[in-house]
Amino acid sequence: MNFQQMILTLQQFWAEQNCIVVQPYDVEKGAGTLNPMTFLRSIGPEPWNVAYVEPSRRPADGRYGENPNRLYQHHQFQVILKPSPDNIQEIYLESLKRLGINPLEHDIRFVEDNWEHPGLGAWGLGWEVWLDGMEITQFTYFQQVGGIETNPVAVEITYGMERLASYIQEKENVFDLEWVNGTTYGDVFHQPEYEHSKYTFETSDVKMLFTLFNMYEQEASKAMDQHLVFPAYDYVLKCSHTFNLLDARGAISVTERTGYITRVRNLARHVAATYLEEREKLGFPMLKKGGEIHG
Amino acid sequence: MAKDLLFEIGLEEMPARFIRSAMEQLKERTVKWLDEQLIRHGDVHVYATPRRLAVLVKEVAEKQEDVHEEVKGPSRKIALDENGQWSKAALGFARSQGADPEQFTFKELGGTEYVYVSKSRIGVETSSIVAGGLLDILHAMSFPKNMRWGSYDFKFVRPIRWIVALLGSEIIDIEIAGVKSGNVTRGHRFLGGEIAIDQPSDYVEALRAGHVIADVNERQEMIVKQINGLAEAQGWHISVKEDLLEEVLFLVETPTVLYGTFEESFLHIPQEVLITSMREHQRYFPVLNSQGELLPYFVTVRNGNAEHLDVIAKGNEKVLRARLSDAKFFYEEDQKLAIKDALSKLESIVFHEELGTVGDKVRRIRRNAEKLAAVLQADASTAEAVNRTAEICKFDLVTQMVYEFPELQGVMGEDYARKAGEPEAVAKAIFEHYQPRFAGDAAPGSAVGSIVSIADKIDTIAGCFSIGIVPTGSQDPYGLRRQAAGIVQIILEHKLSLALPVLFDIALETHEHFHELKRTKDEILKDLADFFGLRIKKTLSDLVRYDVVDAVISAGYDDVVSVIARGETLMAAVSGQSDFKTTVESFGRVSNLAAKASGEKVRSDLLNEPEESQLYEAWKAVTADYREAVEKRDAGRALELISSLKNSITLFFDQVMVMAEDEAIRTNRLALLKAIDEDLKIFADFSKLVWA
Repeated sequence: MNFQQMILTLQQFWAEQNCIVVQPYDVEKGAGTLNPMTFLRSIGPEPWNVAYVEPSRRPADGRYGENPNRLYQHHQFQVILKPSPDNIQEIYLESLKRLGINPLEHDIRFVEDNWEHPGLGAWGLGWEVWLDGMEITQFTYFQQVGGIETNPVAVEITYGMERLASYIQEKENVFDLEWVNGTTYGDVFHQPEYEHSKYTFETSDVKMLFTLFNMYEQEASKAMDQHLVFPAYDYVLKCSHTFNLLDARGAISVTERTGYITRVRNLARHVAATYLEEREKLGFPMLKKGGEIHG
Repeated sequence: MAKDLLFEIGLEEMPARFIRSAMEQLKERTVKWLDEQLIRHGDVHVYATPRRLAVLVKEVAEKQEDVHEEVKGPSRKIALDENGQWSKAALGFARSQGADPEQFTFKELGGTEYVYVSKSRIGVETSSIVAGGLLDILHAMSFPKNMRWGSYDFKFVRPIRWIVALLGSEIIDIEIAGVKSGNVTRGHRFLGGEIAIDQPSDYVEALRAGHVIADVNERQEMIVKQINGLAEAQGWHISVKEDLLEEVLFLVETPTVLYGTFEESFLHIPQEVLITSMREHQRYFPVLNSQGELLPYFVTVRNGNAEHLDVIAKGNEKVLRARLSDAKFFYEEDQKLAIKDALSKLESIVFHEELGTVGDKVRRIRRNAEKLAAVLQADASTAEAVNRTAEICKFDLVTQMVYEFPELQGVMGEDYARKAGEPEAVAKAIFEHYQPRFAGDAAPGSAVGSIVSIADKIDTIAGCFSIGIVPTGSQDPYGLRRQAAGIVQIILEHKLSLALPVLFDIALETHEHFHELKRTKDEILKDLADFFGLRIKKTLSDLVRYDVVDAVISAGYDDVVSVIARGETLMAAVSGQSDFKTTVESFGRVSNLAAKASGEKVRSDLLNEPEESQLYEAWKAVTADYREAVEKRDAGRALELISSLKNSITLFFDQVMVMAEDEAIRTNRLALLKAIDEDLKIFADFSKLVWA
C-alpha cells in the first residue's frame, strides 16, 4: 500500500466512524494536536469527531535529508473523538486491519506513555501503540487542554504515517517510500528537507526571529482583546514555531527556555478560556444537534 | 453453604509499573472488607494482566457471623440519681446503644457496679451486602495517576471496560462508569474472545483457554523458563534485569520469548550504549557471551502465541536497526565536539538558579578537588590527574548521547575522553566521579576518582545547605542523603584521612569565594555535621547494636574511619569478651568521679598510696600508645591498651579513699581519674552501653 493509499484508507475508515474529514491547517505547527480542530475543539461540552492529515514541522529534527528516519517535517494522521467511545481501542485496531495489518501475525501492544505539552497547558494519559516493537501511534485521553479540564474527555489518536509506511512497505529509508506508483517520498520531500535543515541550523536570522516572536505575541494579545479567538490562536502557533526555530538554532539558553515556554503557555491558556466563553455565548451550538455529527 | 467469590475488573491496558501494587491493594481491601463485615472466608488469590485485576476468595460464608456482646455503660452511682431514677448519663447511654433502660443489667467490675446492655446482631446474607462491598473496594483503589474518560464522572487508572462479579454462580449486580457487571470476561485481545464464567473456581482455566495466563507467578515462570531454554540452546548468557522482567511480565497476557539479531558493525559502539538503548527503548534483554561481551542478538517477549514469530522478529530488528543507527550517529557526532567546546557550553546550563551554571559548579569542584588532593597528600601525578578530571568531568552533559540517555552520564564521558586522548587515569575518573550512583553501587576505585567524587558531592550538599535546602522527612529532591552516604562510603573504602570539619570548611570556603552564603557559616556547619552524623549512624547501625552506635558516636565522628572501627571493635568486645562488662563497670566508676574533678593536672609527688601509684604508672605506661592507636584508627589495639587498666582501677577503688580529707590529695586523685576519663572519652562514652 503506497503512502497516498494509506491516507485515503484512513480517511475513508474514520469517515465511516462519523468523523468529519478536514484538510491540514495552514499555519506551521509541531504536531497535529496544535491544529485548532484539536486544540480548541477538545475544550468544552460539545461533541466533536474529526480526522485529518497534518504535516508537522519539528525544526530540531531536521537532518539535511541524510538520516533515514528523522525529518524536519513529517506527516501525522490525526483523529479526535469527543466523548471518547467505549470501544475506541477496538475501532482503532480495526483501522490497522484496513491498512493490511493482521494483529494475529504481529505483536501489537499498548505501552504506557503519558503525553504532556507544557507550552499548551495540556496533558493526557494513554499509550504508544507498538507494532512489533515500533511505535506507530500515540493514543491519548486528554485530561486538560489549555489549562482547562476536559469534560467530556476527548481521545486523540495520532498515527505516525512515515513509520507505518516504512513498516508496511518494508523500506529502511523514509525517502525510498512510495508515495504513489513511480513517485517516492524523496522525490517530493528530499529537497525541502535539505533546505529547511540548512536554513534552520545555519541561515535563519536569529535577530529577526526574536523580533517576530515578540510581534506575534503582541498581535495575539491584541486579537484576544477583541475576543477574536481563532486569529489570536494563529499567532500563538506562529510564536510556537518561531520558538522552535530559535531553539533548534541553539539561540535560547536553558534559563531563557522556561521563560519563552511560559509566555506561549499563558497565551494558549488565555485563548482556550476565551474560546470556551465564546462557545457558551453561542449556546454551544453543536450540543443542540443532539450530539450527532454526520460524516 | 459457603461459595467462592470472584471479582474481575477489566481495563484498557494499565501501566505496567502500577500493577504489582494494585494487586496487593485489591487483596488487602477485599480481605479488610470481609473481615470488617464478619464474613468468614478461605484463601484469597489475586490475578493480574495488563487488562485485568482480579480477586478470587474461596469459601465465602453465606451469612455474616451473628454478634452477641455486652456493652459497658456508666457506674451504678452515676446511672441512678438520688431518687433511684435513671440519670441523664444513663439515658444518654441507652440512646447511644439504641436500647431501652429497662434492658440494663448491673455487673460488678473491679469492686464497682456498672450498667451493661446486651446486644445481638443477627448476621445478614452475604449476597445482600456484597455488591456494596465490591463497589467500596473499587472506589477505594488508588493509583499514582488516575484519569477520566468518555462522559463519566469517575476516575480510575485506565478506562474500565467490563466487570465480572460472581458469588458462586450468581452474578453480583453492580454498575460503574456505564459498565454493568456480568459473568463474561475477555480473553487475549487477538487470540481469545468473550468467555462466560460459570463458577469463580473456573476463572484461571477459562482464561487459559482464552490465551490468557492470569496467574502472575505462572506467567513469570513461563518467561524465565523460555529465556533459560533459549540461552541454553544457543550457549548464550541472557542478562535479565529484575525491573525489566517485571515490566515485561505486565505487558503481556500470553508470553512467547523470541530473539532477533542486529548488524555486528554496531558492536563498535560502547556496550553500555547498546544495552541501554535495547533495554530502555525497546524492553529487550541483551545477549552476552560467557566473557560478558555483548553479542549481536536481542531477546524480546511477544504478547501472544508462537505463530508468525519470524515476521515479528524481522519487525523488531528493523526498529532496533533504526535505534542503533541513531545511537551510532550520536556517537560519531559527539566525537566531533572538542572537549573545550563542550566545556564552554556548560556555561549556559543552569545547575541551580541560586548556585549558578554547571560551569560555575565545575569551577567549585576544581577548587575543592585541589584542596582535597593537598589535604590527602596526593602525589604530583595524582594531583595533576585530579585537576584535569575536575575540569572536564561534566563535559559529556552536552553530548547528544547523554541528552538521549541521561543515565549514561560519566559512561560516555569516560569513553569520549579516552578517544580524545585524555590520560587513562582521567578518563576512568570521569566515570568514577559519579560513583556510588545508587545504594549498593561501588565507590570509585581510584584515588583520582574518589577525590573528584567527594569534591563534587560536597559542593552540591554544602551549596544546597548554604541556600537553605536541607532534606527533611521524605523531602530530598536533590538526593543529598545519597550523596552524603556516598562520601561516607568513599572515605571508608579508601580509609581516607579526611576529617569531616576539614571537608566542610573546604566546601564552604569555595562557595564563599564565588558567591555570598545565604546563611551564617556556623548554622551551615552545624547542619552539615548533624546531617553527616545521621548518615554515619545509619552506616553503623547496619553493622553494630544501637547502644554501641550511640557510645562511639558520642566520642565524635569527625574521623569516619575511626568511628566505624571503634564501633566494630566495641561490638566485638561487648558480644565476645565475657569479662568486658566488669571492664566497662570499672570505666564507669572512673567517669563518675572524674566528673567531680577540677582542672588540675595529676602530680606524681602527691601519690601516697601504692594502689594509687600503681594506677598512675599503669596509665602512664599506656596513654601515649593508646592515643596514638586511636589516632591511627587501630581501634583493636586501643581498646586492648585501655582495658589493661581494669585491674589497676579495681584495686584503686578497693584500697584507696578517693575523697580524702586532705584537699590536695583529694584533688590529685580526682585529677588522675579525670586524665583516664579523658582518654576513655576519645574512644566511646562507655556509659551508653546497655547490658542484658
